[in-house]
Amino acid sequence: MEIWSVITSIIPAAIAYTMPLLMGALGGLYSERSGVTNLCIEGLMLTGCFASATVTFLMQSAGFNYTLAIAMGILAAMLAGALLSLLHAIAAINLKSNQVISGTAINMLATALTLFLAQTITGSGNVTVLRGIVRQDIPILSKIPVIGPLLFTRTYWTTWICLLIWAVSFFLLYKTSFGLRLRACGEHPSAVASAGINVHKMRYIGVLLSGLLSGLGGACILATYAGEYNSTSGINGLGFLAIAALIFGQWKPLGILASTFFFGICMTIANMGRVIPVFQGIPTGYLGLFPYVATLIALVLSSKKSAAPIASGEPF
Amino acid sequence: MKSKVINKPLEARKASPLLVSLSAVFLGIIAGAILIALIGKNPIAGFDRILFGALSNVRRIGNTLGMSTQLILIGLSVAFAFKTGLFNIGASGQMLMGGITGSILAFYLPLGMPRPIYLLIIIVASALVGALWGFISGFLKAKFNVHEVVSTIMLNWTAYWLVYDWIQRFIVDPTIVVKSKPIETVHTLRADWLTDLTKFSTLNYGFFLAIIACIVIWFILDKTNLGFRLKAVGSNRFCAEYAGIKVNRSIMISMAVAGALAGLAGLTYYCGYSNIMEMGKMPNEGFDGIAVALLGNCSPVGVFFSAVFFGILKMGRGSLAATGIPTEIADTIIATIIYFTATNVILANFWNGIFKRNFEKKEEAISLALESEGRSVDIQSLSKDERKALIKKGMPMLKEKKAEEKEAK
Amino acid sequence: MSHVIEMIGIRKEFPGIVANDDITLQVEEGEIHAILGENGAGKSTLMSILFGLYHADRGVIKVRGKEVHINSPNDAFDLGIGMVHQHFQLVHNFTVAENIILGKEGGFVYDIKSASKKIKEISDRYGLSIDPDMIIEEITVGMQQRVEILKMLYRDADILIFDEPTAVLTPQEIDELMQIMRNLAKEGKSIILITHKLDEIKAVAERCTIIRRGKLIDVVDVKSTSAEKMAALMVGRPVNFKVDKKEAHPTGVVLDIRNLNVMNNKNVLGVKDFSLSIEGGEIVGIAGVDGNGQSELVEAISGLRKVESGSIFFKGKDITHSSIEDRNEMGLGHIPEDRQKRGLILSAPLSTNFVIKEFYKEPYSKNGILNSEAIEEYGQRIIDKFDVRSGEGIHSLAGKLSGGNQQKAIIGREIEADPELLIAVQPTRGLDVGAIEFIHNEIVKERDRGKAVLLVSFELDEIFNLSDRIAVMNAGRLIDIVNTKDTDEHAVGLMMAGIKKEERSEV
Repeated sequence: MEIWSVITSIIPAAIAYTMPLLMGALGGLYSERSGVTNLCIEGLMLTGCFASATVTFLMQSAGFNYTLAIAMGILAAMLAGALLSLLHAIAAINLKSNQVISGTAINMLATALTLFLAQTITGSGNVTVLRGIVRQDIPILSKIPVIGPLLFTRTYWTTWICLLIWAVSFFLLYKTSFGLRLRACGEHPSAVASAGINVHKMRYIGVLLSGLLSGLGGACILATYAGEYNSTSGINGLGFLAIAALIFGQWKPLGILASTFFFGICMTIANMGRVIPVFQGIPTGYLGLFPYVATLIALVLSSKKSAAPIASGEPF
Repeated sequence: MKSKVINKPLEARKASPLLVSLSAVFLGIIAGAILIALIGKNPIAGFDRILFGALSNVRRIGNTLGMSTQLILIGLSVAFAFKTGLFNIGASGQMLMGGITGSILAFYLPLGMPRPIYLLIIIVASALVGALWGFISGFLKAKFNVHEVVSTIMLNWTAYWLVYDWIQRFIVDPTIVVKSKPIETVHTLRADWLTDLTKFSTLNYGFFLAIIACIVIWFILDKTNLGFRLKAVGSNRFCAEYAGIKVNRSIMISMAVAGALAGLAGLTYYCGYSNIMEMGKMPNEGFDGIAVALLGNCSPVGVFFSAVFFGILKMGRGSLAATGIPTEIADTIIATIIYFTATNVILANFWNGIFKRNFEKKEEAISLALESEGRSVDIQSLSKDERKALIKKGMPMLKEKKAEEKEAK
Repeated sequence: MSHVIEMIGIRKEFPGIVANDDITLQVEEGEIHAILGENGAGKSTLMSILFGLYHADRGVIKVRGKEVHINSPNDAFDLGIGMVHQHFQLVHNFTVAENIILGKEGGFVYDIKSASKKIKEISDRYGLSIDPDMIIEEITVGMQQRVEILKMLYRDADILIFDEPTAVLTPQEIDELMQIMRNLAKEGKSIILITHKLDEIKAVAERCTIIRRGKLIDVVDVKSTSAEKMAALMVGRPVNFKVDKKEAHPTGVVLDIRNLNVMNNKNVLGVKDFSLSIEGGEIVGIAGVDGNGQSELVEAISGLRKVESGSIFFKGKDITHSSIEDRNEMGLGHIPEDRQKRGLILSAPLSTNFVIKEFYKEPYSKNGILNSEAIEEYGQRIIDKFDVRSGEGIHSLAGKLSGGNQQKAIIGREIEADPELLIAVQPTRGLDVGAIEFIHNEIVKERDRGKAVLLVSFELDEIFNLSDRIAVMNAGRLIDIVNTKDTDEHAVGLMMAGIKKEERSEV
């Protein structure tokens, strides 16, 4: 059946495209729920991609175990993302700067700085790892009809980590005192302060988590489908797609899981369209712009009921 | 009528936007120097090469101004939107759309047509297409409340892929495949006399277009009803709405004008500066323009000078190769400058603190001097000259007093 | 009796002003102690210091005889101090229980069920009748206030600060609150009541500390001190809160609202089947608790909000769907509810603010080009006429003016444009007595010049002082329109709670 083969080739790829977006959007969720508008997800993910590429490349060339090198790369990515996000936290929380401008400055800084470092380290604008994550079938589960081939065949191990983080986040946000306080900071910070909680501290945590998770998202791009840090294309605006997914998903974990998966499918069509028979004949350019136009349409559709945290972007 | 200022109180000076901008530049350069030093190179030599590369002869100066041309126009685009409270980070896409319009027309309009008419057509056409691209974001913001930062980024990538397709479809160079054919010189903005004057630099009519744009935008913002409306919406859209100003219409107009300016930048870039379009390349200038606008405090004059400054950085970095410093140092400096402009509170506070201490010192000196003269007058009522004299007299007394206090401790 | 709270020699300076200057406050255990002062006298600053939100520059705080340092609300909670803030500190999309436990969740993974049970118990004990599972935005303002009280009781506070607690309540709700306060005091709680309303102090307080411009003026025994005396101490001169005005001479209908329906922000009807007409030469006051459709009604009349159905006639012309600009041109003046959000561009000079509605007309503009001389001349005229005080005249940024001068600037702008209908929403909120008197006089002057005035205020005193007729709103509906001289605060209060005259007679 032709449609079935199309679906089985799209879905696993879409899941791979979804995970970086999911991490970026989840990072944005923590930041915005704490009350800090975060438009530098793109820069944070790019930095994560670069940091993991560099560490993985250096370790793999030095003869370390390939998987260990990838794992260390991921940790480096999270650390780099967190460090860079700290700049945004200082600007937004302590200095009460315009958060949109600060975010844009950090995006530009990430682009320039990673390229600068890439030039210094490898002498070219690209850092390519020797090998990414090997895709594996999950034993037993992959034999389940229908679901098996779609969800448990040829998976990356990072996918399961991302999904675990998503589940833990869900729990953190809605079942713990940390989540209650974080969400309150994004809605009514002075209520939080009058309850004796340090709003600035909560917001720092929110922004740092967005740095950690976006860094992880960037590392996932590298370790799964990209395999290199490329200075000319960067990460193609994925960080902004993640923000759009956050809006489309109404700032809720379940919502962003669904919306990032939708964008994941769009990205798959854009990138694999040429090899999928149904989409053959559509010019590359039009396939390429598909996810971005789809995002715009999605934003228009979700515009009527915005559930944005009220105090997001408001200094306290 | 010169309006009268009623009893303006005497108070400490406040840091001007210019001082803040210059401080941001200074810090950006320091950050760049540290980075260069960190990779084991000599910062002074690096900056020397940048200046050499940008300004050492007529041709280099011409190239720098040629580079600055699009930065001025993009900077104006971002600044104009900003005055209406909108953040246009979609200049790259608007620039691509303006550029592809100019490029396609350059190939399809007959070579023999009168040049003034030809130039007018491509200028108007690229501005209009750029305006359309900006207008989409304004429309989405006004009607559907889609944040313009997200929508302009999406439109950047949409333009990127559209242009990818259109280069391939209409103007591709069959031998290179990923680029357009170069445009005939008579169909670019280049002018023989400028080319001769600057020994074959990239300087073209676009530079004058940019200057005219600066003047027009200044006039619109400062002198017209339209500017009043847009600025009112930008400073407080709720008050503007209450006053009867049509906020949504203003947002759409503002984004369209911003798009038109960026579209013109695309024209000057692709049909004047480089004369070629590449597939799959997002022009960095769209983002540099944000830095230009912020550093220039969003005023047309400020935009002009900061664009030339960034033009020097971007042109001069080409000569860095010999020193082994990656050319991206220039972009890093630019990004650092924006971060410091964004966090201008620190800079302003720093200067205000200094001014305040200085002011208090002078106040104290005046009161000491007055005391010694046995007078008791309100400082606010003294004339400027009187104050100067008193400060001169009081300063030594103040020093003495401070020294005594130190000793007492 | 021992002092449960002593604040001695408290000083707090903000850039440009001394908010508290050597203030001393002593509260006895189990008493209801009032702090009386005008807006801006420094009452809230003093209480914020006690609650740990600000830190005093100088002075000593003693709780139950022991000197303490209160650096954050947490320290205050630990000492058993709780505060009901003037602006409720509640997260609108959280439940009552979530709001109450916030900051005191009792564990990383919290147990909302047992917390709800405890909340229910406390609520029942003090007769607060609160359901812990309700969402804040779905309960009434009065209930929200009781949630704030519950928040303190949940934290076992026994020193309770109430900051202007009655501003948003109907007279009957105020009575209920007073009863709750008495109950709390009976249970041994000490209460500090911050207010500028004398009748509330008379009703519940035993002693009263009076503050004026950051300084302690006097501490008086409430029973033996007359309200007039306290008012004079508060303001610094004898004051007469009554506005002198002559009989109204209505000159014919200016504004006619027929069966108006308007949606609110939650997309349900905020104004329901509302009809009202206002004549020239009279002031019609809209009485009602905040959030009963007043804002939606005013926004519909001024054009800021779409009308669902029904119609609005202004000077005989249907303006239901006219643009704001057209309404302004027809002579609609509007003093908006939020002067800093809607009324002014704080970052722009006064001259710009004064022509914000007229900049495109001659002589301020010709052929689309502005005439700054004419604009500045006009601004100077308003400044002179309405005594707007600012550092640099028309070049002062609006944000640098004091609240009273900001309001004078807005009123000057609206009146100078010579409107046929003046809508004034909360025109004196947060202002001191001097500014209030000035603004009340200007509004009455407009009426006497034959203009129609629609006044919306949540202060019943202001409504009674200024209005010739009073229209009462509840839940978006017009309950009744009465002549001011034929009614009293009690009757209007019942109507504000939604009870109509006929219904009352049936009961």
